[in-house]
Amino acid sequence: MGLLDQEFTEGNIVIAKTEDLFNWARLSSLWQVGFGLACCAIEMMATSASHYDFDRFGVIPRPSPRQSDVIIISGTVTFKMAIRIKRLYEQMPDPKYVISMGSCSNCGGPYWEHGYHVLKGVDRVIPVDVYVPGCPPRPEALLEGLLKLQEKIRNESIVKKSA
Amino acid sequence: MKTTEEIFSLLKEKFGDAVIELKADKPVEPFMIVDPLLVDKICSFLRDENDLEFDSLMNLSGVDDANGEKVRDEKGLESIKGGTLSVYYHLESTKLKRKLVIKTAANREKPEVATVTDVWKCADWHEREAYDMYGIIFLNHPDLRRILMPYDWEFGYPLRKDYKNPEFYQGMKVPY
Repeated sequence: MGLLDQEFTEGNIVIAKTEDLFNWARLSSLWQVGFGLACCAIEMMATSASHYDFDRFGVIPRPSPRQSDVIIISGTVTFKMAIRIKRLYEQMPDPKYVISMGSCSNCGGPYWEHGYHVLKGVDRVIPVDVYVPGCPPRPEALLEGLLKLQEKIRNESIVKKSA
Repeated sequence: MKTTEEIFSLLKEKFGDAVIELKADKPVEPFMIVDPLLVDKICSFLRDENDLEFDSLMNLSGVDDANGEKVRDEKGLESIKGGTLSVYYHLESTKLKRKLVIKTAANREKPEVATVTDVWKCADWHEREAYDMYGIIFLNHPDLRRILMPYDWEFGYPLRKDYKNPEFYQGMKVPY
């Protein structure tokens, strides 16, 4: 998809749809909440580090949910933590996105039957945009999840309701 | 250095009936069973006595022995009546380089065990965990709250053999 419809060589004017422009701006600087839960967080940190370099997609960890666009639920969501995650999510400004990373936050993972303390999927407390499978997912998988989220944002509309 | 048998007879001499028996027939190291309400006195003796000097509590863990009677209520839910909940203490003497295991068993309906936080400070969180998971009450503990589960968890003690998960906790569905 080309962002620019037309370019005038003189006058420094570009023409684009507002939707495309806003979507492009949003998907190119997804700031994430600096927040990790379990072993998945180690992979998330590896993704942020120089080898995989999350920053090349515009993802930077922010120390406050109020400055963030995306929250990556990276690890086991216990009931105790679920209440805090919900609060963090509510503190984020719109538009906000959620990536559920790893089996635990997707569906409870290995704790699905006997985990008396584990929420069986973070989607029981907050809406999830992208699920990344794996236990834990490798950094490549998380990057793929981020690209999927970018694809979703690219097709968003300010008039039409998105799915 | 004293053997476990010698320590047992020394304790038996000093504390009489509070030291119940020495179990040496299990495939683990021999351990002695003591009275749950006098375990603090016995432990402080084990720490202070010359030639024993157990200065470190390596681990303290609760166990549900599940040796009571299994009862089914009218809904078909199984629970255990009677029997015991146990606490195991793994001690080490860092000076004399030896270890010792003691066990105490408390009544399941009223599981009260004397705290050993006054003997070894590190027992604090271990005892809170045993309380959190099994509901064992440690008498005179300075801060006996839940440590892992939420403070408002009112559905019992999750590592008991007859524990049942609730349907909902704070509006969140619990079962898969």
